[in-house]
Amino acid sequence: MKGSGLNNFRFKAGVVISALMVLLSVIGMIGTPYDPNAMDASAKFAGVSAAHLMGCDNFGRDIFSRILSGCGTTLVVAFFTVLIGVLGGTLIGAVTGYYGGTVDELLMRLNDTVLAFPSILLALVMISLFGSGKIKLIAALGIVFMPSFARIVRAEFIKCRNMDYVSSAKLMGVPDHRIMFVHILPNATRVMLSSVAIGFNNAVLAEAGMSFLGIGVQPPDASLGRMLSEAQAFLFVKPSYALFTGLMIVLMILGFSLMNEGLERADA
Amino acid sequence: MEYVLKKTVSMIETVLAVSFLVFLAFAVIPGDPAVAKLGTSATAEKVAALREQMGLNKPLLVRYFSWIKSFFFGDMGTSYSYGVSVRSMLAGKLPITLTLTFFSFVLIILFSIPLGIYTAKHEDSRASGAADVTNQIVMAVPAFFIGILITYAFGLVLHLFTPGGYVGYRESLSGFLYYMLFPALAIALPKAAMNTKLLKSSVLKEAKNDYVRTAYSRGNSTNEVLYRHVLKNALMPVITFLGMTLSDIVAGSLIIEQVFSIPGIGRMLITSIANRDYPVVQAIIAAVAVIVIVVNFLVDLLYRLIDPRTGGSLS
Repeated sequence: MKGSGLNNFRFKAGVVISALMVLLSVIGMIGTPYDPNAMDASAKFAGVSAAHLMGCDNFGRDIFSRILSGCGTTLVVAFFTVLIGVLGGTLIGAVTGYYGGTVDELLMRLNDTVLAFPSILLALVMISLFGSGKIKLIAALGIVFMPSFARIVRAEFIKCRNMDYVSSAKLMGVPDHRIMFVHILPNATRVMLSSVAIGFNNAVLAEAGMSFLGIGVQPPDASLGRMLSEAQAFLFVKPSYALFTGLMIVLMILGFSLMNEGLERADA
Repeated sequence: MEYVLKKTVSMIETVLAVSFLVFLAFAVIPGDPAVAKLGTSATAEKVAALREQMGLNKPLLVRYFSWIKSFFFGDMGTSYSYGVSVRSMLAGKLPITLTLTFFSFVLIILFSIPLGIYTAKHEDSRASGAADVTNQIVMAVPAFFIGILITYAFGLVLHLFTPGGYVGYRESLSGFLYYMLFPALAIALPKAAMNTKLLKSSVLKEAKNDYVRTAYSRGNSTNEVLYRHVLKNALMPVITFLGMTLSDIVAGSLIIEQVFSIPGIGRMLITSIANRDYPVVQAIIAAVAVIVIVVNFLVDLLYRLIDPRTGGSLS
């Protein structure tokens, strides 16, 4: 998949949208036109103008600034969720797939059990046990996302563990951990890429969903899910608030799903 | 028959494993349920007496088995916050959430199957291309945002329903069913888009097989080949997807209930989490888990029924 196959419209569109969203999020983390939490009574429900690109909310806070900052929060949560999921999942998948045996049997049973569960419900259980907040949300979602990655990595390791190059590496006395992570793991990159894209989207959805319910990111942190639930209350007065916020979530998800789709087409 | 037996045993194993995990999760959290029930001002003797009465001094496994036994017979414990039985709290809410789930599921099938077949049949047409683009976008829209859009478009602009004006099924059954149509639509749309795409690619993949060429060479028309031969095979991955979707729908309804102010299981769960009302949370989670596991079991059996060649595995 060196270049040529990726020259399709979906992949390019996905890259452009995702790059734009990352850019907006980074801007949101560095500095926004207004303080996202600064209230201005005179600007309550202000319309779209040069001063306020997307208008203001019920407290006179600049919606554009809040959206930038909310994109940042959502992106950070999704990024670290996937990171924890990939790291933990890779470790579990590699060890169980490479060694097999009773531990593998037990862990995979547990894995299947967890996978059968809707991920948001699992995250809800953890939040109800540990409490809410950004860090706890990342930890809860990260753990919830591990099994799906573990399953993929494990399948790849089972496929590879009896191949000639692994046997010869063993004969040459290469230590197990080196065979696992330097020799076999790179083969799993392609399948991992797809699941990272899907996982990222699920993480964005989960963060937005949980924050929408009020048990994810807590105020004063702006997050897209939280803002959407605030915007719903003013749907009649200011529909554009919900529209802009929702659109950002859609674009974030669309970018990654288009990239994934492009990758799949490049493979076909 | 042996197959059904094997699957049943594995299902029971999973139910036991899941319920134990749920039980364990709530058993190890800091905080004494007896104190939670009596309040922090209670005397030590009173707490100790209640601990004895609640069976909290018994070993974990004993407590688990007595919990699962009473759960099985319908006794799900007592709510900390309201002092009433969890069962009675769930009984009124369950029909609401189940109706929502059922409606969503039916809508997904109604949208996706005809659309999937149409887009596969007219693969290169402009309409099919437009449907593909729409699908791709709708797939990226979270159900709760669709819910908000529906509230705005159908509720506030077109006045087809009153947003937040939930009608109980005891007050007016038709009013209830009508109101539920809108949240069900919000849950169904993204899933229907995914399923349409899946069915389309499945039909197109299946159509490349030799038996399709043979069927054509024997003089069958496109429709005959499609409906008599291709579709049955192409539906297999769709059934898998629908089976997996069902647990997503249940989870999705938790959020959608919030958007449309529906007093179902989801709202009760969120409130209970906020109030740290653990018996209620525990019961809801365990109930949803059992429903999900049983549905997966049924999908496995259905799979086997449609295609006896398969080992009936979902993967």
